[in-house]
Amino acid sequence: MGEAISIQHISKSYKDVQAVRDISFEVKKGELFGLIGPDGAGKTTLMRILMTLLIQDEGKATMNGYDVIKDYKKIRNIVGYMPGRFSLYQDLTVEENLNFFATVFKTTVSENYDLIRDIYIQIEPFKKRLAGKLSGGMKQKLALSCALIHKPEILVLDEPTTGVDAVSRKEFWEMLKKLQEKGITILVSTPYMDEATLCNRVALMQKGKVLNIDTPRKLVENYSRKLYAIKSKEMHRLILDLRSFDKTDTAYAFGEYMHVTGKEDEVEATEFENYLLKKNHLELQVFDIPPTIEDVFMNMMQD
Amino acid sequence: MNEKVIEVHNLVKKFGSFVANDHLNFDVYKGEIFGFLGANGAGKTTAMKILCGLSAPTSGDVKVAGFDIYKETEKVKRNIGYMSQKFSLYEDLTIAENIRFFSGIYGISPKDRKAKQEVLLKNLDIESAKDSLVGSLPLGWKQKLAFSVAIFHDPKIVFLDEPTGGVDPITRRKFWDLIYEASDRGITVFVTTHYMDEAEYCNRVSIMNEGRIEALDTTENLKKQYVAKNMDEVFLKIARNVEDPPKPSPKGRD
Repeated sequence: MGEAISIQHISKSYKDVQAVRDISFEVKKGELFGLIGPDGAGKTTLMRILMTLLIQDEGKATMNGYDVIKDYKKIRNIVGYMPGRFSLYQDLTVEENLNFFATVFKTTVSENYDLIRDIYIQIEPFKKRLAGKLSGGMKQKLALSCALIHKPEILVLDEPTTGVDAVSRKEFWEMLKKLQEKGITILVSTPYMDEATLCNRVALMQKGKVLNIDTPRKLVENYSRKLYAIKSKEMHRLILDLRSFDKTDTAYAFGEYMHVTGKEDEVEATEFENYLLKKNHLELQVFDIPPTIEDVFMNMMQD
Repeated sequence: MNEKVIEVHNLVKKFGSFVANDHLNFDVYKGEIFGFLGANGAGKTTAMKILCGLSAPTSGDVKVAGFDIYKETEKVKRNIGYMSQKFSLYEDLTIAENIRFFSGIYGISPKDRKAKQEVLLKNLDIESAKDSLVGSLPLGWKQKLAFSVAIFHDPKIVFLDEPTGGVDPITRRKFWDLIYEASDRGITVFVTTHYMDEAEYCNRVSIMNEGRIEALDTTENLKKQYVAKNMDEVFLKIARNVEDPPKPSPKGRD
């Protein structure tokens, strides 16, 4: 497998803000690659550079071998892009939007219907409705259909699941897996750490930098700290007590449990337990727990 | 936690023939952290607008902070705070100017404002930034500030609409520290989120689906009832994803 996307030492600043700082990585052909990070990580800026919508200050990037500056016209024919903000024509119908994008790329809806059928079929009953009047989930499906209508080799999706509920998010990722099976390279960004596990590889990003790049499994395996899950009847008091314990390094809420690390990773479970029992915590549980991608990310943020 | 600060009986809201809220019944207690969950389009935003006095129900009895939502709408508004991910503070005003602006709206005297402002800036450790434009602050600061401003007038209830979207995992957790602190002070927190781990931090959660409340209990009981490992599983079991026709009025990404 060759490289679909190659990024070498890309930097970009807006006035005094360094949005992207010397980023380099490659995405293989047919890969589902995730950019994982919070707002301000530089995900959108990087994507816009790859989409030839923004010119980098430094570095070089290619999409299927084409240079993002020199060959921008060629790139625009082989990429599909779904920006973070809904950017279809709100005053055109579903059908009109799709036809418009097909025409712009000198193709027809019927020619590439196979590619979008599974997605488009769900909104087809509403094809006469104005795009602006669609529900959030339907807008998302239309935007994806429009991004695919010219059969792109590389699909770039900027936070397609932000603000989307857990059920719809799951469905959206199932759609992406199907597109990947059809041979499309996919670059997708998300602030939801749990979605990292659905990608082949991910780049963890923060403040314009890549913290790490690997498969989700390797990222978790390479986490070297000793992590405990701790729970008690009074969770808020537990948080406060753990933070004021001199042997605690980090203590963060993770759903039902706290995820806790000790100083130098030399603190035993029993030490936490004894300390918390002295503080009169009831229904106390302390046990070893494997890390999640979010633990990995938070650990890297602190380095 | 016996004092009821939100009482909802048979709340119905219709837009034409579409029923956005279908006979909702629930109470929320003083100091409680109440998670208001549901799929996109389930009717959460519609219900929240009614509770904030921004939209009238079609039928049903609703009391918020002890006031009738039909007759005492203005009193309701004075006794609640509101913060969303999208709108919270004016980016082109400084921190101090934002505080002055919101104090004016809620009728806080200049003397009280000054004293309270000092406490707020000290608690958030942003005294040195008080004359900085809000737009220039990091997102994590903005959200903490927005929350502190939303409860600046000591409301009985604060409504938070997806307050933690887009922030990094550490900041997201620090934001919940503020929620816990507010709850300890007796402020009721009514919060929506798409992060299911955050549902676990609530005292009770309700899950809406197609305009109805399908489940309402502590997370512990819900997990037992639905034989689920975590709230994510509970949510997936309850909130079947139904693409409903769009509604004319409610805007946003509910």
